[in-house]
Amino acid sequence: MDTNQLVLLLILFSPLIAAVLVLIIGKLGDGAAKWSALLFSLVPLALTIYLWIAYQSAPVDSGGFKFVFSVPWLPQINSSFTIGVDGISLSMILLTAILTPLGIIISFKISDRLPLFMALLLGLTTGMFGVFMALDLVIFFIFWEIGLVPMYFLINQWGSANRRYASFKFFIYTMAGSIGLLLSIQFIWSALGTYSIPQVAAQWPTYSGTGVLGMPVETVKNITFWLFVIAFAIKVPVWPFHTWLPDAHTEAPTAGSMILAGVLLKLGAYGFLRLVLPFFPDQAAQFAPILALLALAGIVFTAFAAYGQNDFKRLVAYSSVNHMGFVLMGIAVAAAALGNPEWKQYGIIATNGAVLQMFAHGLSAAAMFALVGVVYERAHTRDLNQLGGLWKVMPIYGGILIFSAMANLGLPGLAGFPAEFQVVSGAWPVFTFITVLSMLGLLMTGAYVLKAIQKVLHGPANRELLHHAEMPDINRREIIALAPLLVLMLVIGIYPMWLMTVINQSVTFALTKLIGG
Amino acid sequence: MDQQTLIYFVWLIPLLPLLAFFTIMLFTRKHDRLSHTIAIGAIAISFVLAQIVFWNAVAQGGSHAAEPAAAVESSTEAPSATAEHSAETPAAAEGEHAAAEGEHGYPAYVESHIPWLPQGLNTLNMGVLVDPLTAAMLFMVPIACFMIIFYSVGYSNFNKKRDPHDQPGFPPHKGREPMYGRFFAFLSLFAGAMLTLVVADNLLLLFIGWEIMGLCSYLLIGFWYARTYPDRNKITPRGAAVKAFMTTRVADVFMLLGIAFLYSSTGTLSFTEIFTQEMTSQLAAVLFLGIPAAQVIYMLLFIGTIGKSAQFPLHTWLPDAMEGPTPVSAMIHAAAMVSAGVYMVIRMFPILGGTVPRGELVTFTPMIIIGTFTALFSATIAFTQRDVKKVLAYSTISQLGFMISALGMGAWVAALFHLITHAFFKALLFMGSGSIIHGVEHGMHATEHGHDDHAAAPAHAEAAPDDHGHGHDDADPQEPDMDPQDMFNMGGLRKKMPVTFWTFLIGGLSLAGFPIFFAGFWSKDEILGHAFHYPQFQIVFWVLVFTAFLTAFYTMRQISLTFFGQPRTEAAGHAHESHWTMIAPLVILAVFAIIAGFVGVKADMPGLGLIFNGPFAKYGTPFEHFVEPVLATTIEIEVLSFDWTPLLIASTAGVLGLALGWWVYGRRPLAAGQPDPLEVKMGGLYVVLKNKYYIDEIYNYVFVQPARRFAVWMGDVFDRKGIDGVLHGIADGALRLSLAFRSFDTKVVNGGADGFAASIKAAGHWLRDIQTGRVQNYLLLALVSVVLLIALYITLFS
Repeated sequence: MDTNQLVLLLILFSPLIAAVLVLIIGKLGDGAAKWSALLFSLVPLALTIYLWIAYQSAPVDSGGFKFVFSVPWLPQINSSFTIGVDGISLSMILLTAILTPLGIIISFKISDRLPLFMALLLGLTTGMFGVFMALDLVIFFIFWEIGLVPMYFLINQWGSANRRYASFKFFIYTMAGSIGLLLSIQFIWSALGTYSIPQVAAQWPTYSGTGVLGMPVETVKNITFWLFVIAFAIKVPVWPFHTWLPDAHTEAPTAGSMILAGVLLKLGAYGFLRLVLPFFPDQAAQFAPILALLALAGIVFTAFAAYGQNDFKRLVAYSSVNHMGFVLMGIAVAAAALGNPEWKQYGIIATNGAVLQMFAHGLSAAAMFALVGVVYERAHTRDLNQLGGLWKVMPIYGGILIFSAMANLGLPGLAGFPAEFQVVSGAWPVFTFITVLSMLGLLMTGAYVLKAIQKVLHGPANRELLHHAEMPDINRREIIALAPLLVLMLVIGIYPMWLMTVINQSVTFALTKLIGG
Repeated sequence: MDQQTLIYFVWLIPLLPLLAFFTIMLFTRKHDRLSHTIAIGAIAISFVLAQIVFWNAVAQGGSHAAEPAAAVESSTEAPSATAEHSAETPAAAEGEHAAAEGEHGYPAYVESHIPWLPQGLNTLNMGVLVDPLTAAMLFMVPIACFMIIFYSVGYSNFNKKRDPHDQPGFPPHKGREPMYGRFFAFLSLFAGAMLTLVVADNLLLLFIGWEIMGLCSYLLIGFWYARTYPDRNKITPRGAAVKAFMTTRVADVFMLLGIAFLYSSTGTLSFTEIFTQEMTSQLAAVLFLGIPAAQVIYMLLFIGTIGKSAQFPLHTWLPDAMEGPTPVSAMIHAAAMVSAGVYMVIRMFPILGGTVPRGELVTFTPMIIIGTFTALFSATIAFTQRDVKKVLAYSTISQLGFMISALGMGAWVAALFHLITHAFFKALLFMGSGSIIHGVEHGMHATEHGHDDHAAAPAHAEAAPDDHGHGHDDADPQEPDMDPQDMFNMGGLRKKMPVTFWTFLIGGLSLAGFPIFFAGFWSKDEILGHAFHYPQFQIVFWVLVFTAFLTAFYTMRQISLTFFGQPRTEAAGHAHESHWTMIAPLVILAVFAIIAGFVGVKADMPGLGLIFNGPFAKYGTPFEHFVEPVLATTIEIEVLSFDWTPLLIASTAGVLGLALGWWVYGRRPLAAGQPDPLEVKMGGLYVVLKNKYYIDEIYNYVFVQPARRFAVWMGDVFDRKGIDGVLHGIADGALRLSLAFRSFDTKVVNGGADGFAASIKAAGHWLRDIQTGRVQNYLLLALVSVVLLIALYITLFS
């Protein structure tokens, strides 16, 4: 094991260890718990930055991964604990590592069982890191499920009024998807006898041996394809599997929403890129138009739905579904390219866009949820019709809100734009008509973002609200929690090269491997 | 000048105002003097750098005309913090690139780029380019922006103290603008975005500047974000801001598609790479739905311009955008944003080069139709408006229609020329109207002593009784009774505001196309001359001539109503000349509104041609000679010789319009309260025109309201009742099934110690049982299930 592999392992497990430590330190008091949680959460961030730098020059293996670390784990079933990263997963790990400390900072004022809250947040991080690192299907599935549990409790215990319903819906829905995922993994295992993701990717697409449970291979492939797709579609979420999300977001505590929108949704999209496309190139190419249509529905319908909301947080939640629609659109283009080598370059462009959109949306959605939290903490309402005129009383907050909202809207110069531009550029030659229709969603994105700004900041202040609630401007702690997000949005928007070089290498490698050329 | 230094300069031109924005917003916004010093300093340096770049280009342009290959090019990497990344660009590709340009002779005086977005094995570059077109814009834009920002010092009442009654979000009544620093920050961002757009070497960077300008216009139109009018039908600044942003966004998504189409068909967005013979003929050869791709792309991009330059049918945002502070109107409607729309289609015009055989006239019919129609259409609305700024707004739309129409007819040079002269005289007119309004507002305050101290009640006081000791400081400022922008409340300002009057008159005559002395005449004449020369454009010619006549008419109406006769209100009577910081820019722009036209005098025009342009050229205009190489790589344009006929027709139309305007409004000045004479004469038609053909109402009814209803339906009904209804149905079914199993269990299996049944029972009660509220239990449960699952795998599969 070399240093870099050790660092990778440390990134993965340090949050889990930290979670236990925080619970112990928490006996000393909330103050100790929150500061130690923050301190511990900086460890994986520092290590990730180190790894990011080391990644640039590290040797790459035949599967396109770096720092691959493997130990036998369950030899009985031929599952080994294998982790490693490529440009796609490393950028997601970076995103996770950035968001965790910010989520902790924004939660400093929680008074109810704070150590436990912090521990769950940290434990969640390990689950997310694990999914991004896993190169073995069992490991992948275990971390996938681990991520679910802490989030359930974060919503269920620290959520707002309707938290029971929301957390239950979130849990059951994701579980329902997971069962199919588990079943498919077993199908593949019983055919190939391996859980190794690179090996499955190498063998499964061309596998033509005996079927499973008496079904012909093609049927098994189709079933497993759809079960994978549905599992990840629920997580993304893809329209029409999205209705758990507005509820879960609206009820979740602020940090929960930040992580949920920032990272958890990306697990689904990551599943598409890491598993669905490499395992099922033929099915993906065949059903790419359906994926594109679902992406279109997500982009357009949820943009309208967001515009129709009067709950600030629900509006932002719907915007997440809307933005993830562009991620799926990029994936659909890549899927189509698997069946047509002429589209390879478009597939690369669109997938680059999808991954960048995942990163950019992680930043802007987390910032938006944090900002909703800031206003909710003061006003105790999220009803847009109760707010208004807050720019005058909270000028700095207003500036930050407009900045983040513009990043959310995909304003050129901020992170979302290069992502959307790439997705649209890649999608245009492949799904021309669908791309044209999706512009309606882009238009409505503007409408709901401006609606939020107008209802919160503009107009005369709501006197009643100001009489009953103290509305001090955003404080230093909250600014510190937001500043890294704002800086990154701007830096990526102005100069995406540093991030995209890493992503593009892996995307190009993966698609070249699948398509050839 | 050293080439490397020039490259630094070009990068700095947009960067300085952008840095000023961040500096003011982050650090100095509370220090008024420092903030405006930074903003003015940044744009002033940009202005100087732009002048250096411009005159260098002019100097090189001379040698370029003699020997195309002598055009200086440089692919030297950008001077930026990211230099280490630029080193990654393969040097070989660079060399190839430069060689290709030399071959095609693209007139790039300064060129520099950095890698921006890797795509597979290719890289999308971002950079700056100075060709004659950019150089011409670099002459106009920084001057106009500088004047506007300087003018804002006076406009925002820097010379006065803050008034405690003034509040952020409302226009100041007597004191200094409460959000003074923020205003200068936004203006700087606007200038930076416009300059980014001008120096961009590729369409994507142009689009970035384009959209940031859109954001600025949103922020600046809605600058007084809290302002609410007693009349609920009157659009508020924040409403106008949203309207502007959304209307232009309708167009921008099409433009984005156009960029995507171009990028996916060529693999590049760089101007110098696209505007080559091969690329344009390739784009013309590929068909999309039976139409050459080049035309489809250009159409999609042109839709972007329809939004940005407020052409019919997306023009409705622009008149409402007058809700913003006046310098903003000048910036959005003259120097920057609307010009950007026309600039973009001018910039992209060479892409059409492959659609006709070389040497033939390149035209684009949709532009002729929309441009000509818009020019006429908005001119008819302009002469019914009472608001001094709205007249100018509609006249802007109309003049932009002239440019679009000209470009559609292939009069590329004339369109660009009119764009530049128009920017000068329209910025002048807008700032002049700001000065007028300022004067009238001053008069209003002078006449209402002791009145407004007690009138500062909130507009919605009845909704929120002020019973918690909140005094004046918390009350929203009240809107004045009199509209200080209504021309029928003015009159006689000629004596009160002489400098404003004379400069406004110069701007007005330039707009009206008064012969010989004014810039607008020469640029408009060039458009009309082109239309006249080609027989297929006869109808367009006469429509534009009639529009020119209307333009002159409403301009004289505006000047007469505002400046001549006797003051029609007490406020107008107490008006006085504005602060020197507002007057000085007017005078400077007035100079440009006169001299900017002379570079467009045809060299072969008897007399004048010799005086102004004799030494420079034998035919055409010096302006044409300078900018024409931009087109030369893909389009050959015919240089028209001087023709008296259109010149005389245009002059006659202008003079007649002015005379008629004077005859109706100037000869016998209106008395206070007297209706518009045209209103009396025209009856119903006047009402239709005054209501802008009811287009806002139609859009509201056809698009906005249905979209709102659909949005609410989508969220509340479709998702919550439809999709969730299905989900709840499934959950309900599962619950019933579990209960059935349970009753089966208790009745049939009779309560045996059956683990299976117990788990079914547990499932049926999950909703209730799982919520014990004790997290330790949950964690334990989760851990146990994970262990069980793993055990299950091992037993099943090993």
